[in-house]
Amino acid sequence: MKSSISPSLDGAILRRACWAAVQKLDPRVQEKNPVMGCVFLGAVLCTGIVTVDFSFFTLQITLWLWFTVLFANFAEAVAEGKGKAQTDALKKMRTDTLAKKLVDNVPVEISAKDLHAGDHVVCLAGDLIPGDGEIVDGIASVDESAITGESAPVIREAGGDRSAVTGGTKVLSDRIVIRITVEPGNTFLDRMVQMVEGASRKPTPNEVALNLLLISLTLIFVLSVGSLKAFVAYTETASHITTHAASLPVLIALFVCLIPTTISGLLSAIGISGINRLTQKNVMAMSGKAVEASGDIDVLLLDKTGTITLGNREAVAFLPVAGVSMEQLAQVAQLASLTDTTPEGRSVVVLAKEKFNYRAQDLDMQTAVFVPFSAETRLSGLDIQEGDVTRRLRKGATDSLRKFVLAYGGNFPEEAQRLSLQVAEQGGTPLAVADGIQVLGIISLKDTVKGGIKERFAQLRKMGIRTVMITGDNPLTAASIAAEAGVDDFIAEATPETKLARIRYEQAKGHLVGMIGDGTNDAPALAQADVGVAMNTGTQAAREAGNMIDLDSNPTKLIEIVETGKQLLMTRGALTTFSIANDVAKYFAILPAMFAGFYAVADATGPLAALNVMGLHSPQSAILSAVIFNALIIVFLIPLALRGVAYRPLGASVILRNNLLIYGVGGIISPFVGIKLLDCMAGLFF
Amino acid sequence: MESADFLLIFSLVCALLLVAPPMGIYLARVLGEAPFSWLRRVAFVEKGIYRLCGVDPTEEMNWKSYTGALLLFSGAGLLFLLAILLLQAYLPLNPAHIEGMSFSLAINTAISFVTNTNWQAYSGEAAASYFTQMVGLGVQNFLSAATGIAVFAALARGLARKETHEIGNFWVDLVRTILYVLLPLSCVIAIVLMSQGVVQNFLAYLDATTLEGVSQKIPMGPAASQIAIKQLGSNGGGFFGVNSAHPFENPTGLSNAVEIFAMLLLPCAVPFAFGSLVGDRKHGRILFGTMFVMFLCSLGAALYLESGSISSLGQLPFIEGKESRFGLGASTLWTVATTVTSNGSVNSMISSASPLTGGIAMFNIMLGEVIFGGVGCGIYGMVLFVLLTVFIAGLMVGRTPEYLGKKIEAPEIKWAVIGVLAPCAVILLFSALACMTQAGISSLSSAGPHGLSEILYAFSSAAGNNGSAFGGLNANTPFYNLLMGFGMLIGRFAVLLPVLRLAGQLACKKHTPPSSGTFPTDSLLFGALLCATILIVGGLTFFPALTLGPIVEQLLLGQGRFV
Repeated sequence: MKSSISPSLDGAILRRACWAAVQKLDPRVQEKNPVMGCVFLGAVLCTGIVTVDFSFFTLQITLWLWFTVLFANFAEAVAEGKGKAQTDALKKMRTDTLAKKLVDNVPVEISAKDLHAGDHVVCLAGDLIPGDGEIVDGIASVDESAITGESAPVIREAGGDRSAVTGGTKVLSDRIVIRITVEPGNTFLDRMVQMVEGASRKPTPNEVALNLLLISLTLIFVLSVGSLKAFVAYTETASHITTHAASLPVLIALFVCLIPTTISGLLSAIGISGINRLTQKNVMAMSGKAVEASGDIDVLLLDKTGTITLGNREAVAFLPVAGVSMEQLAQVAQLASLTDTTPEGRSVVVLAKEKFNYRAQDLDMQTAVFVPFSAETRLSGLDIQEGDVTRRLRKGATDSLRKFVLAYGGNFPEEAQRLSLQVAEQGGTPLAVADGIQVLGIISLKDTVKGGIKERFAQLRKMGIRTVMITGDNPLTAASIAAEAGVDDFIAEATPETKLARIRYEQAKGHLVGMIGDGTNDAPALAQADVGVAMNTGTQAAREAGNMIDLDSNPTKLIEIVETGKQLLMTRGALTTFSIANDVAKYFAILPAMFAGFYAVADATGPLAALNVMGLHSPQSAILSAVIFNALIIVFLIPLALRGVAYRPLGASVILRNNLLIYGVGGIISPFVGIKLLDCMAGLFF
Repeated sequence: MESADFLLIFSLVCALLLVAPPMGIYLARVLGEAPFSWLRRVAFVEKGIYRLCGVDPTEEMNWKSYTGALLLFSGAGLLFLLAILLLQAYLPLNPAHIEGMSFSLAINTAISFVTNTNWQAYSGEAAASYFTQMVGLGVQNFLSAATGIAVFAALARGLARKETHEIGNFWVDLVRTILYVLLPLSCVIAIVLMSQGVVQNFLAYLDATTLEGVSQKIPMGPAASQIAIKQLGSNGGGFFGVNSAHPFENPTGLSNAVEIFAMLLLPCAVPFAFGSLVGDRKHGRILFGTMFVMFLCSLGAALYLESGSISSLGQLPFIEGKESRFGLGASTLWTVATTVTSNGSVNSMISSASPLTGGIAMFNIMLGEVIFGGVGCGIYGMVLFVLLTVFIAGLMVGRTPEYLGKKIEAPEIKWAVIGVLAPCAVILLFSALACMTQAGISSLSSAGPHGLSEILYAFSSAAGNNGSAFGGLNANTPFYNLLMGFGMLIGRFAVLLPVLRLAGQLACKKHTPPSSGTFPTDSLLFGALLCATILIVGGLTFFPALTLGPIVEQLLLGQGRFV
């Protein structure tokens, strides 16, 4: 779907959008956008006037007013059309599938539509998973390419952090039992379709505020143009000149030119395309509000493992105490780690093999008794019977090993303690190794920080975002990795409670917190965060708690999410500024045209012709040019609305200055140029 | 411009830049949580007042009770003043035996003084007794000014505090402002003015015979005390009809300079107080700077126009209508100062100035009286514009806009635009109404664009709570008295109430600490942006109307024509 999810503006979308633009002329649609509704009303009024009192000039104004409305409709329709193209593929997957519901442990085939939360279904190899749920039994490889675009199958298994499955994906092997957790019609796929199509799009808080501002600007112009009628009447009496320049169609034209049609016409397109852009980045936002909020994030909580570091810790060095050779330490460490199947344990075996070419097979296993790693003892090892004596080889966390040694009457040497601390200070995790009661030394485990991550965090800092690393490591290790990765702060020995507490603490200080998580224990924190991004590979609990889902399960994606959120707001601000700045030129086009006749002597033009700074051809062409410019600028700006204003991670002051230059100053100048050009063209006909 | 004018403007600017910042900090301390220690020593007066009125000064109010107290207080003041104006014939201290006002004039005057407008459809020496001047109008001069400062203090607290409903105590703000700011300053200014010859007595009007043998009545009265507060409190209601053009109100060049200084002092100090109260002094300085630059531009343009450089009359300056003892520079400076500060006192005929100077004066008021503006009112009006600026500009940096750490969302925008829109609506709609009705047209002294200017100026003056008169318009008719009264009420309360609502709204909000992603409100760029927002909103709203008034008149004059 990666390819189909980012359709270019092809002919089909544009053709469909044209038709949709006409359909949106329905007054019930128009009343939802008060500013464009005013243009609609103006167009209707002018149509009325033109039928009663026909003039070619009024007809043209009327037509261009209708075009203004149509162009705005078109912008919205194009954005929606792009979304529709994205969802067509998704919709195909929603076609009815059969589910094998377990009734008293016997599979019964029913339609997926009749499934309810809490039902258990069984899926075999080749089956489409009928709904969102959690695997309660079994393990399977699942093809999720329909959603993620990733062709490699993923493993999903009961328990743990990889238990969630999505309706519409396909089981490739094995048998799993799934507990359905979401009612049909509200599944991940359904919500995706709704979001992308904009069907469930509610105006976001910022959109509501902006709309209020635009409506009040419109109101100002209702007052300004409305009262102008009276002032013109007064002036006509005073100057004994009746110009008819301030006829109703002209006043309507002036009004439409002044109200912020550009931003109002493009506002919904901006919102829809923001979500579309996220979808293109393979992030599903569950609400427009979440996208908007992501631009505001100023604290980011990131899991260390997998995000900042490559993942599992690996043994990197053996540090023997005095009197013990490194070989000796490596050998015992390897033996003691043989039963430790955790990645850390395996890496010890590998390191010993790499350094000294030891192989476990070299050992005579007849007399050995394995002591497997357990979370309780946090030790693993080997008991070797040598005559009457049992040789106990152990490896484990420093604290645990100390307890072990002390329990057998030995003592934990000062030097080992020092080495262990040293490792921790350097960002590693120390493991101690003992042969019986003799402590041989320390293994240093280290987590590798991902390349380029430091630059990413520097970028975030420039954007005004503070990064906080979350890790289960001890404070010393955490501090070292934090320094290496360049994060601003860290939480060591994190538990779900400490994560939640940290988010609440930051929020209480007024920060907006973004958080990325995948595990069930992340769910509370994801729900509490202002923007919670769940990994698609994560648990169903995490996916439901977050308000965005990253289909690629790539934690650094948050940076792109933040950028999209910022772009969304910036585009709105830039076009609002542009829209308002445009009005200056329109005044200088229309007002002289309306007023040039006043206080004129004989056939000469009146004094207010001096305001015609653009030297426009005639009053009629001036007014028409302004109206045409006002309509066409919407079309010209559709690509910008869909693409969004470019965002670069610079400080707020620099961004503001740049955007002000482009959209503020540019907004003042461009209509002068545009209207003059249009007037030159119109001049050919009048 | 003569060198004396230059010297006056230069020394005024220096004096303001020197005195306004410490004055602002003093004001902030008076209104803030930690007043000066010496205040505690004289606090028995303050405490006595609270005990007398049954006020608990430690009680904090939410926006509703604050607004309630303010409305109650203004309403009571209005009725009290109305009663005095209607019944002054039966009250003491009336040596000139002045009759009670007509009802429409009385209601207009009462509203005018309670709303800090001080529009005068009457002439002081002919229509107000000494009792009315002192107990009625003078008292309201203090109270309406203090009310404006109280609202400003509440708004500043709303911005400074977080997650609370409390925005201060109206009674405490009122009493402290009067006791520690307005009264002492008034005393000083009044004494200085008396030294220059401003009258301060209870004598009956004098009968005099002029050199030509004509007998003339010379009005007297306690003027100096009134004039001090009229200038300090952005009131502007003159003791005499011709306001500060009268030799007993403003006798000398020095008194003129002192009155201009007094007029600008508190409005210039308030932005500094604001910065201090919200804990961002740099932001306060930027706000002041923005206002100051706009003031200087306005002044420069007016001086240029008055010098007659762009009229067809050669290089003749516009001297007619100006007091010869002040001259062109001092009169123009006053005109600009009085329109930017919502003061409304005059020392020359604005109607006689060049058409565009009148237009500039009008535009200063139309912008919402935010270039300094009235004491307190100016800054709270400015904050509404700041909110709009921050909203649009904040979006452009890609974050939900925030101001001083408070997020600006739909409710804030709603109240801010109501506050900005209401005065605009009054000016445009009421002017249109006047243009369309015989009652409106018949009061005009001129039929052409100048007549439209007269109407526009009058309603701008009312809606901006400025109170200055363009001259020429006969405003003492029931039509204008009532419509202007209504306009003044809207101009005052349709701004003040949204501001208090905003204060309550903002106080409840969390405070977001600034980061490098935050849009800075203490930079020069912000000042420029704020300036642009004010000019564009004001320009877009009023440009069509101004075109048919002062602009066309100026252009006609350029062609040597008078219509």
